[in-house]
This record gives sequence, C-alpha cells and structure tokens, in this order.
Amino acid sequence: MPTIVDIKNLRKSYDGGFEALKGVNLEIEEGEILALLGPNGAGKTTLISTICGITTATSGTVTVSGHDIITGYRETRSMIGLVPQEINLEPFEKVINTVRFSRGLFGKPRDDAALEKILRQLSLWDKKDSQIRALSGGMKRRVLIAKALAHDPRVLFLDEPTAGVDVELRKDMWEIVADLKADGVTIILTTHYIEEAEAIADRVGVIAHGELLLVEDKAKLMARMGKKQLEVQLTKPIKTIPKALQSDALTLSKDGTTLVYSYDTRAERTGITKLLADVADAGLVLADVMTRQSSLEDIFVDLVQEDAA
Amino acid sequence: MNWTAIYSIFSFEMARFFRTIAQSIISPVLSTSLYFVVFGAAIGSRIQEVEGVSYGAFIVPGLIMLSVITQAISNASFGIYFPKFIGTIFELLSAPVNFLEIVIGYVGAAATKALFIGVIILITAFFFVDISIAHPFAMVAFLILTCISFALLGFIIGIWAGNFEQLQLVPLLIVTPLVFLGGSFYSISMLPPTWQIISHFNPVVYLISGFRWAFFGSADVPILTSLLAIGLFTGLCMAVIWWIFRTGWRIRQ
Repeated sequence: MPTIVDIKNLRKSYDGGFEALKGVNLEIEEGEILALLGPNGAGKTTLISTICGITTATSGTVTVSGHDIITGYRETRSMIGLVPQEINLEPFEKVINTVRFSRGLFGKPRDDAALEKILRQLSLWDKKDSQIRALSGGMKRRVLIAKALAHDPRVLFLDEPTAGVDVELRKDMWEIVADLKADGVTIILTTHYIEEAEAIADRVGVIAHGELLLVEDKAKLMARMGKKQLEVQLTKPIKTIPKALQSDALTLSKDGTTLVYSYDTRAERTGITKLLADVADAGLVLADVMTRQSSLEDIFVDLVQEDAA
Repeated sequence: MNWTAIYSIFSFEMARFFRTIAQSIISPVLSTSLYFVVFGAAIGSRIQEVEGVSYGAFIVPGLIMLSVITQAISNASFGIYFPKFIGTIFELLSAPVNFLEIVIGYVGAAATKALFIGVIILITAFFFVDISIAHPFAMVAFLILTCISFALLGFIIGIWAGNFEQLQLVPLLIVTPLVFLGGSFYSISMLPPTWQIISHFNPVVYLISGFRWAFFGSADVPILTSLLAIGLFTGLCMAVIWWIFRTGWRIRQ
C-alpha cells in the first residue's frame, strides 16, 4: 500500500511551553483504517488539527499525497475531510444548505446528485430540509460527516466519532466507516473506545503525552502482546501454592480458590499439560477450567502505564 | 483564486440576510422615516436652509451614511464572529482557501447587505423630501467604498471580539459617536471654531462631506481630501486584516 499521509518529526508547543506533540513520525497507508488510541490530552486532536491546517506545527513536516500541507495547502486540504469532535453546526441552517456550503467552500462545483448520494448513504435525505437545531445529537453527527464528505475527500479524519453516541448509532457509524473504506477512502479515527479500534481498524496507533508509542497491524499487535491466562478453579481453597507447582507464571487468587496461569499461545510449549498433571499430582480437585485472552484494552493500559512509569 | 469558495461564502452569508428579509428592510425604513418625521418635519421646519439646501434634504446623505456604516460593521463583525462563537470556523480554516478569499466572501456579503440598505433608505427619502443628485456616479462610488471599508472594519472587530459584549463595544462606544459627530445632521461650519478643528480628526466627517458633495455639489471639506481619507482608512483596514491572517491572531493556534 502506498503512503498517503506522511508525518515527519512533527512537534507542537503552545505559548505556555506545553508540548502537545513531541516529534511524531507516522506513515498512513492509502485505503486503510487507522485508529489512534490515547487518553484525554494525549495529542490526538492536535495531530489531526495540524494535518488539517487548523493549528500550525512548531516544526516538522506533513505531506498528503506528496504535497506539503503548508506550501501545497490547496491540494492537501482538497483531499482531506474532517469530522470534528465537537458538534459545531449552524443551528438555523438547513441540512442541505450547510452541506452544499461545505462542498463549495472546498472548491468543488455544485453537484446536487453527489450530495443526494451522500445524504442517502447517511440516512439524512429525509431530513435535508430540516433546520439543524431540530435534529437529534446522532443526526447532527451525521450532518458533520456529510459536510466532511461533501467534497469527495480521499482522506477522512474522524475525531472521536462515537463519543457520547448510543450503542445502536455506534454500530451504524462503524458501518458507514466500512462503506467509506470500500469506496477507497483512507480513514483515520481517534477514539477512547478500544472496542471501536478492535472492531473496525486495520492498524492501531497508541498516543500518550504527545508521543506515538506504537503503530502496528491490529491483529499482529494483539498476537504479539496478547497474553492468555488459564484459570483453574479449585473445589477447596488452599492457603499457598504447593511447592511442586510454584513458578513465576502461576499465581493464587486472594480467596485461594483459583490458580491463574499466564502463558504465550505462540510458544512451543505452553506448559498447560504439565501444569494440569502437577495439579492432579498435588491432590487438588478441579471445579472448573477456563482461559481468557487479553483485549486491546489491556494492551493499551499496559502501554500507557509503561510510558508513565 | 478559489472563486467557487468565495461564491459559497458570499451566497451563504446573503442567504442569512434574505432569510430575515422583512426585518432587514422594515427596520431601516422605519428608523429613517422616524428621522424624517422628527428632524425633517418637526425640527426642520424651524431651521432655515443649510448651505442652500432644505434641512430635510440636507440630512439625507448623513442618514444613509449612518445606516450604511452601522450595517456594514454589524453584518461583517457578526458574519465572522458567529462561526468563531459556535465553532464552525474549523471548516473555514481547514478549507483550501486563503485569507483574501475569506475576506472577499465575508466582507463582500456584508458590504452588499449594507449597500442594499443604503439604497432602500435613499428610496424611502424620495417619499419625504425633494432631492436631486448632482454627481450620481460619485454618489454610488462613495456609497460602495463606504460599505467596503466599514465592512473591513467590522471584519476586524469580529475577529478581535472574544464575546458578544466586545462585539457591541466598538460600534456602540466609538462608531456611533463618530458618525453622529461627523456631521450627519449638521454642517461642520455650524460648529464653534475649536470644535471644527477637533472634527477634522473624525474620519467620518470626510465620508459624509464627500457623500453630501455627490448629492448637492458642495461640501465641508474638499472632495479630494475626502477621497484620500476614505482611501487611507480602507488601506489601513486591509493592512490590519493582512496582518491578522499572516499571524493567525485570534483564529489559528
């Protein structure tokens, strides 16, 4: 996949001395869905705002399809659509007018057929003549997406698209993103919701304190960092782990009823067979056995904590 | 030049104006009529001619200027402040447009609205007083130039304003007094000598004087001085706006 957005050593410091971005390097591939995960204040919005031209970088470069965002701002901005985090819309304007305005503002000639396609795709066509203030929060978010898509961008930034959105609408939003990807649009979304990244992203980037901690293929990331745990529940609680069983990988729950064994699924030997045999030899009776795989959320929390430490 | 973008901004702003067309027209027509009733009929009947023109006719250019300046400032300042206030400015900043295109769009729309109001007031005036226009082309040129220059000032105020109070502050505390003291309802020559000198520091005096010259062929200050003054004022506003966009002052972090 060719690179469509190339970010090199991007830094942003504010007047107060706060460094929102500390030298970010990132290559976004054409046609992918990249999820940027990070806690509040990590620098996600600053990164997006800089690429889109809303904030100016202190140093570093960004190119979109080979055009620099400063010297070639007309080319880069024409290719980019931005859905901001906050719902910023003119309350008294009609849906169709505000979407038409967006298309024109980005230099595209009026094309009502194109706008109809976008509005229909977002289930907004019935609402096209409604005033924005009359719409529900979810509908307003769709209007923001329609505005961002009005000029047929090749790259779409979604800044927390599902913050404060109910479950059903979130699923709808994921479908919309999937449709856009099918149309060949490159999508970068920021999110707090790990499950969102897990559900729709191709690659995941983790940002904390203005630094990009990692960017990796989602499946690979989960496999690499994914730990699996085997929980062995005992019929009778024990006070300590029998000597024959003691190892770094094995811990006992506080109430003494569960042994937790951590292992790597890709290791040649997981040690499960030996463990279970040893448990039986030690005279312990099993009540239940189950396994648990760490989610992206666990991985994320580990990473951010490591960075803070 | 991204003309499509300019046209989009312009027509979007004009749509706001036409959406409230009734109040856009009724309010200036009503206030102008009141001025004619109070100043023209009630007070004017006791005032003899001013510079060879009946008082009712004499105040017409000043009245038009008063409304045009107020409208140009309020339309332009609101036009750019509102997106800042509700946050839609992000779209403008992320669009493939430069500062000149943004200014042409917003200032152009605000100036057009002000011009529209000016023409309506002129038409209203014909119903109350007999007026003939000595230099129609100069009159139109002055009107357009005033609309543009004060829309530029309004744009600056809109960018500067951090809240609605500040948005009202400059028009209320500076512009309205300057316009009223700029000879809207009297000739500068009617003032005591000291006040005449002070008046010459008021830029609006040159505008109204020039505009009145276009109507009646006579003026408080030479017409070239008027032209120079308004030219300087427009240039100054443009320079400030150029600086605002260059530095991103109050709009781009």
